[in-house]
Amino acid sequence: MKETEVKSILLAGVGGQGILRASDIMCMAMMEAGFDVKKSEVHGMAQRGGCVTSHVRYGKKVYSPLAKTESIDILIAFEKMESLRYLNYLKKDASIIVNNEKIYPPAVNIGDMPYPEDIIKHLQKKYKTVKEIDAAELAQKAGNIKAANVVLLGTISNLIAINSTIWENVIKKSFPEKLINLNLEAFQMGINA
Amino acid sequence: MSGNEAIARGVYEAGVRFAAAYPGTPSTEILEEFSKYKGVYAEWSPNEKVAVEVAIGAAMAGEKALAVMKHVGVNVAADPLFTVSYTGTNSALVIVSADDPSLHSSQNEQDNRNYAKFAKIPMLEPADAQEAKDFVKLAFKISEKFDTPVFLRSTTRVSHSKSVVSLKEPIAYQDKTEIKYNPEKYVMVPALARLRRVEVEKRMQKLKDYAEIFPQNKMEINDRRVGIITAGMPYNYAKDVFPNYSYLKLGMVYPLPEKLIRKFAAKVKKIYVIEELDPFLEEQIRAMGIKVIGKEIFPYTNEFDPGIIENAIKKHGKTKALPVQSIPSRPPNLCPGCPHRGLFYVLGKQKVFVTGDIGCYTLSFMKPLEGLHSCICMGASVGMAHGMSKALKEKGKGKVVGVIGDSTFIHSGITPLLDMAYNKSNALIVICDNSTTAMTGMQEHPGTGYTLMGEPTKQLNLKVLVSALGIENIKVIDPYNLKETRNAIKEELATDGPSVIISQRPCVLFKRANVKIEKALSVDPDKCTGCKACLGLNCPPISWHKIEKKEGSKREGISVIDESLCTGCGLCVQVCKFGAIS
Repeated sequence: MKETEVKSILLAGVGGQGILRASDIMCMAMMEAGFDVKKSEVHGMAQRGGCVTSHVRYGKKVYSPLAKTESIDILIAFEKMESLRYLNYLKKDASIIVNNEKIYPPAVNIGDMPYPEDIIKHLQKKYKTVKEIDAAELAQKAGNIKAANVVLLGTISNLIAINSTIWENVIKKSFPEKLINLNLEAFQMGINA
Repeated sequence: MSGNEAIARGVYEAGVRFAAAYPGTPSTEILEEFSKYKGVYAEWSPNEKVAVEVAIGAAMAGEKALAVMKHVGVNVAADPLFTVSYTGTNSALVIVSADDPSLHSSQNEQDNRNYAKFAKIPMLEPADAQEAKDFVKLAFKISEKFDTPVFLRSTTRVSHSKSVVSLKEPIAYQDKTEIKYNPEKYVMVPALARLRRVEVEKRMQKLKDYAEIFPQNKMEINDRRVGIITAGMPYNYAKDVFPNYSYLKLGMVYPLPEKLIRKFAAKVKKIYVIEELDPFLEEQIRAMGIKVIGKEIFPYTNEFDPGIIENAIKKHGKTKALPVQSIPSRPPNLCPGCPHRGLFYVLGKQKVFVTGDIGCYTLSFMKPLEGLHSCICMGASVGMAHGMSKALKEKGKGKVVGVIGDSTFIHSGITPLLDMAYNKSNALIVICDNSTTAMTGMQEHPGTGYTLMGEPTKQLNLKVLVSALGIENIKVIDPYNLKETRNAIKEELATDGPSVIISQRPCVLFKRANVKIEKALSVDPDKCTGCKACLGLNCPPISWHKIEKKEGSKREGISVIDESLCTGCGLCVQVCKFGAIS
């Protein structure tokens, strides 16, 4: 990474998917790796089933915790449709990771609007690196479906130049003793996915 | 650390052990975090005015004190604030105002820097978590030194962004409390207040001088062609896109350092004033006769980001909207099993005007519930229902209902309810009692029986209180029971005089209430006619799926319940006329 460079990551999804936890762990790993890190999200109404986003920015010196439009390097959508909502924030050569979980918004639930189709194809038309993963299934394999956010963290770690020992240490610090192995396994599954 | 965690830490590091607040986004975590430090006293007060008065009392007794609130909370607390500015504080008193540009979780986006000027109280504004911690410590020092209350203004982006913070050893607490009598200073009757009024102006002059040497008013001279005067988070946005320009970053936004600003202006060719919301700095700097560019290119509304500043300065115009395809919106909704749902489902079906208030239940204004028709501020529902019912006279009989949550009722619903009894109102008030302050994340209040510090305490009995205010028609209902809810509302709307219904059931997310999650319900696809009646509840687990139309059948689809989300509250069972849900 260059001296003045700042990388920006956008995590997007729906309240309750563990996005804020995942971005916290990500920031700790960046701090341990010696980067300046800032992250920003909005709490409050979003808890009630609304959209949740978290901006994470790291580099030698970071000023703004918010990324501007057309400046995000990596987008991780914890919910499939949410991958489409913030495309104006992405750089042209951004990498995208999409979890294939679908959570229907009210308009879809009551049959007013269809859930968007062919999301991955649509993304692939514009972006070179689009990866879809089934985080819930992998988390289940690791032992608990709730670790889906850590699976996604594993996948994104492939795109961040931080060595695996740092990630492992941070995960160990982030969970109670009995959940550490499960989460380490979930993280590894995300790396291999 | 988040900005809010950093403020709590800074307060603790400053040797402060006393704080009062009323919860409100984006300020809530400050007191929650502070209350976890050893040896502190921290309380949730019933509202912000009380919180400030509690803090004034502590400071007057010699204890350094903190009061915390969101921007609109300062409106509630304004009365004591304007006069404690006259009396001075004896020990230190700092008030945190957490503003919410972009109204992420508020009913307005007022710029509370105006309060600093209005109440003649100095104000510091940090730009990130490290500064939040450092500045709150400075605020206590300034308060002690100048015998003045001091504002620390945060915004949602400062409070809820996380960044690296280095910690310092806390100053050891010193108990300097004692009772000191000083009526000339503390009894603000006109004759004495006139004297203190002069002292306030003297203090402002001293603070202006201090602003000139305040170390957090910082000049950075780089490219002299462009100078930027800014404060708070916008400094970071600007530095992000224009790292090479010259900056005057103001850590103290009131009073302003006039000499320093003139010095900066003399060093640079062109000046931009970058600030969110009101042209607070800009107007004062223009009044000094300095030419600047400000609100003619920067927006008045919403928070900024680096892109907005870059576009405004480079004259790119508005940010290009790049909609990729229309995606269904994802508005917040009441949770599965929320006790408000049943109540507002029933209210939405009555032909009544429902004055609403601040809380989760405000969300029920949306389709399909449409059970609420106004929302102004904390406590407004009660007074408005009374006023509306009085104005409508006979036409308003049985047509006006006010709804208010338990925490909000305690905050500012009690006095207007007293007004209803006193002035013979005809409106019905429903207190949505979910046993907690749910909206901001389950804070205690006088009705919960516990303090912020986790101690059991005297629990307010709402029914006894309402009765003591002079309300004679009182009913307590369970909003999970639609029939009981409907009957109670109809009956009380038909009754003469003011009535109160207490709709009682704990928030489904409230851990201490130990809400029993029933077995998930399911739809019998053979019995479901696809009539969509259950969708009228707007319950997240219930969705409607198209099916292939069979010959001779009108059925186009059926309802389905997502068992992973369903809490088995049973509202949909009561709504279904075909017995298809069990």
